[in-house]
Amino acid sequence: MLSADAIDGMARDACAAIAAASTLAALKEVRIAHAGDRSPLALANREIGALPPAAKAEVGKRVGEARGVVKSALDDRQVALEIERDERVLAEESVDVTLPTVREAVGGRHPLTTLIERVCDVFVAMGYDIAEGPEVEAEWVNFDALNVPPDHPARTMQDTFYVSSPDSGVVLRTQTSPIQIRAMLERPLPIYVVAPGRVFRTDELDATHTPVFHQVEGLAIDENITMADLKGTLDHFAQAMFGEGIVTRLRPSYFPFTEPSAELDVQCFVCRGSSVGNPDRPCRTCGSEGWIEWGGCGMVNPRVLSAVGIDPVRYRGFAFGMGIERTLMFRNGVTDMRDMVEGDIRFTRAFGLES
Amino acid sequence: MRAPVSWLRELVDIPSSEGGRDIAERLVRAGLEVETVEVIGEGVVGTLVIGHVVEIEELAEFKKPIRWCQVDVGPGHGGVRGIICGARNFAAGDIVVVALPGTVLPGGFMIAARETYGHTSDGMICSERELGLGDNHDGIMVLPADAGVIGADAAPIVGVGDEVLDIAVTPDRGYALSIRGIARELAFSYDVEFDDPGVRVVALPAPASGAVPADCGSEDFGACELFTMRTVTGFDPSAPSPLWMQRRLVSCGMRPVSLAVDVTNYVMLELGQPLHAFDLDKLSGPVRAGWAPAGSRLETLDHVVRDLGPEDLVIMDDSGIIGLAGTMGGLTSEIDDGTVNIALEAAHFSSGVVARVSRRHRLSTEASRRFERGVDRVLAPYASARAAELLMRFGGGTYVGMTAVEAEYRPSRISMPASEPADVAGMPIDSATVVRLLQSVGCEVAGSDGTLTVDAPSWRPDLTDPADLVEEVVRLVGYDTLPSTLPTSALGHGLTQAQRVRRRVGMALAARGAIEVLTYPFVGDRDLDSLRIAADDPCRARVRLANPLSDEQPMLRASLLPGLVAAARRNIGRGNFDLNIFELGSVFRGLAGETLVRPSVEHRPTDAEWSALNALLPEQPIVVGCVLAGERIPAGWWGPSRPYDWSDAVESAQVIAEVLGVELTIARGSDPTFHPGRCAALMIGEAQVGVAGELHPRVIEATELPARACAMELSLDACREAATAVRRAPAVSTHPVAKEDLALVVADDVPASAVLDSLREGAGDLLESIRLFDVYRGSQVAEGHRSLAFALKFRAADRTLDAGEIQLARQAAIDSAARTCGATLR
Ligand SMILES: [Zn+2]
Repeated sequence: MLSADAIDGMARDACAAIAAASTLAALKEVRIAHAGDRSPLALANREIGALPPAAKAEVGKRVGEARGVVKSALDDRQVALEIERDERVLAEESVDVTLPTVREAVGGRHPLTTLIERVCDVFVAMGYDIAEGPEVEAEWVNFDALNVPPDHPARTMQDTFYVSSPDSGVVLRTQTSPIQIRAMLERPLPIYVVAPGRVFRTDELDATHTPVFHQVEGLAIDENITMADLKGTLDHFAQAMFGEGIVTRLRPSYFPFTEPSAELDVQCFVCRGSSVGNPDRPCRTCGSEGWIEWGGCGMVNPRVLSAVGIDPVRYRGFAFGMGIERTLMFRNGVTDMRDMVEGDIRFTRAFGLES
Repeated sequence: MRAPVSWLRELVDIPSSEGGRDIAERLVRAGLEVETVEVIGEGVVGTLVIGHVVEIEELAEFKKPIRWCQVDVGPGHGGVRGIICGARNFAAGDIVVVALPGTVLPGGFMIAARETYGHTSDGMICSERELGLGDNHDGIMVLPADAGVIGADAAPIVGVGDEVLDIAVTPDRGYALSIRGIARELAFSYDVEFDDPGVRVVALPAPASGAVPADCGSEDFGACELFTMRTVTGFDPSAPSPLWMQRRLVSCGMRPVSLAVDVTNYVMLELGQPLHAFDLDKLSGPVRAGWAPAGSRLETLDHVVRDLGPEDLVIMDDSGIIGLAGTMGGLTSEIDDGTVNIALEAAHFSSGVVARVSRRHRLSTEASRRFERGVDRVLAPYASARAAELLMRFGGGTYVGMTAVEAEYRPSRISMPASEPADVAGMPIDSATVVRLLQSVGCEVAGSDGTLTVDAPSWRPDLTDPADLVEEVVRLVGYDTLPSTLPTSALGHGLTQAQRVRRRVGMALAARGAIEVLTYPFVGDRDLDSLRIAADDPCRARVRLANPLSDEQPMLRASLLPGLVAAARRNIGRGNFDLNIFELGSVFRGLAGETLVRPSVEHRPTDAEWSALNALLPEQPIVVGCVLAGERIPAGWWGPSRPYDWSDAVESAQVIAEVLGVELTIARGSDPTFHPGRCAALMIGEAQVGVAGELHPRVIEATELPARACAMELSLDACREAATAVRRAPAVSTHPVAKEDLALVVADDVPASAVLDSLREGAGDLLESIRLFDVYRGSQVAEGHRSLAFALKFRAADRTLDAGEIQLARQAAIDSAARTCGATLR
């Protein structure tokens, strides 16, 4: 009964059945029928014990080999059918991954906010602290302490919002410079601060003016500070904002709180001056001037130091400031001031989380 | 200040190769801001000639009167030509400017011989405007008889081709409000001699014997240090100003009026000294500067009657007040077309006084602008001599003489270490250079090494401090020579907590879909009323502007919501219907003080002064707010849309709390701006720090926002103060979690937060987290009740929990909820 042929026949039958199984379910049936406890080979294996000792080894070996062949055929078939199933099922489950997925779009921070942060970060990296002050400010801090006495023409240069009455001594700050006064009154020397903030002047809103805008100022008060340090600081700043190799230019000017004073121009970061006298390649960013007016700066007027009780013989300082709206206009190509103040979400969304 | 290049060239020898733009660049480098360089008559190409009107034939058959003129333009240009002209302000014999055929006028207008009104018009007689010389187009230009020979090139005679620099003069550079001052800068820049016309003694005839010049005086030498009157009699009031003077006045932006007025303006432009011409016959007694009596009045030349008081420095004679000193003359003593006897006032008024008068009366004139910025202290007699000489040269008359009163003049003396400019600039500048440069701007310098003693020139009242001299030296050395170095000792602390908080909150809100806006802080009663903000609410704005841009919005916001609502409405109006906008900014609460505190600026304010200054200011807390409307999730292939609702408003506050690590609790709130049933009070501990929810339907109606719009406002300062400075690390247990769900039935008026709190309390330390995952109301639970389903996670730090422990904790939670909230297990 357990002849070699019979055993080989069982294996052959099993392998044929395995090969014929076309699904994993069918293969499971085949596994029970040909490798299960009640399969012919399992029964044959059980019969070996009853054989005469001389035949035991021979038959045992043959049955064992047959079972091995069947098991391996089953495993191979299992793998093959699983691969087949996976391919089919996964194909059936495929989706159009190009469907729109954003149910809730990321919002946006105002580009003026992120630009201010960017400016501050450059100075924080240079060891400056960020100083702040109130928007409703004492007139003394906004003007007097900055060497702008009551009848100084500079007061009429900036049209000031007065709070309560023109004689209240309280104004909406017209510049971020009062923050410098606060920093000098409240911080220990030496002082290195950058001061961003919202400022106010009585201009009507149009494409290039707004009564509410932003400035950022820097102030350094230390022993041996020089105007060359101011120039170097501004050059470094310009490079951090506009790229390697960009330089600044100072032109003599007048501010009551600095002496010497200068207008600050930054080299055009788009054409780097190549548009100057080159009508074939005009530059919109700088109007083919090569330079962009950026802000004002100078050495802190010793009178300002006196007003805050800093010894002007021992200490010197420099200060600089620029408009953030103006910077955003030339840096990011904003052409109308109103876009920055009206709060249209299409404008701000375009800047995402960083301008 | 507008400065014609031809006039500058008259005072300083600028190389002829230098054009207006080159000169402008020099001035910019010296610190004068040249705004534009204009070419007079820009666009004129071809020939303009001096013509002589020989004969005029009136053509009456047309709709308007037309003239057929025979104009002699000289043998070189074809002799007499027939020209059709519509203007009527000239007569046969007049000298005019003719554009010959082939000439192009500004705007590309080409002149050609053409048939018109039945004749061939062989050229054009030009008006000022047609030549781009000015705005005058009341007829053609009629030149003085001696303007030029017939047929001569008219361009230089009328100034076509001259360039004009327009310079914005900063308050410290009063001297640049004159051709003289600008020329001085150019002389230094081009390194050429400067023959200063401001100290040139004009040769006047000896005063007529017997006649007495008008007398003058100053009642306050502090306000008026120098007052002069120069008298000319027998002047011909019909004498015209010479053409070149008129052209220069027009180039400088002034209108020629009459010889007497034009001369005073001309000399002011040339030298920088404002002058005033009185009709001598309208004066009575000595003319003097003094303070106006209280309650006095003056009608100034602009026909405005001004109320004067003791702050006003005025010019008076025995008849009373006849002018506002340094600002504008009065009507009663004005020069007119019959004036034959002239008294010229040239004085020096204090810049502060004139600035105050000009500001008080909102009257800024060519004279006041110069006095405010400081006029050359010694210039007055030189300037009035120049003016008298011009008056008599072109208008005849007899020189009677000058009277003057003057306080002692001492130039401003400044001591400065010779090394100061180098130390401040951070580059070597030797003392010889310092001395040379200071001398070049007119300073007298004594000493060469060590300390310099510097007397500032009379035309530079801005030079008072060593720093002013440093600026002069460094700008003349050139700012472009400054090296680029860095300070060495900055030691920063990084951002403050408040600064970090603002960044993180802005970032978190934006990352979750909100869009930041920066709105104006101006609000008015209508905005506040439409938000139903009550009169006693701290969010009712109280800080008021004295000079608001709009009377509709005269106050500063005490809440961000008015601005956010306006921005939301603007967006919706533009079709941006789905909105989640936020703002982070200051609001203004309480009142601004009004007690004037004005500490000295000679020294640091005392602590008392400094606190008094700060006490003037209202509270200015930082607040965050948002407005939500439309859909949060649009309908899509994923399913239906999901509108923003009250919970999104509350969520945005909770996001902020989570970002800051603040325990924010939500309670039922009540706020007139919000829907009474859908308003959450945002609490930190016992204090309400904000509000969130759906806007009140009446607010929605009044603000025209879409139905169900929501909002939130939260004090960022309060959140920041409550934020944990340094957060403790949690113990992260790796033992298995046990999950338990339970559903509790509670009465409708029991807030979910109360149930959560009591479950948490009862469950004890083993509870790791709890989450409300379902709210059910309906047939399965009793009327007036709802079922709340919670998912609880239990875990111990040190062991695997057994079933008994979990069961105990779960039961304790249920018991607690039953006790405090009347909850029953469903
Ligand atoms: Zn460019």
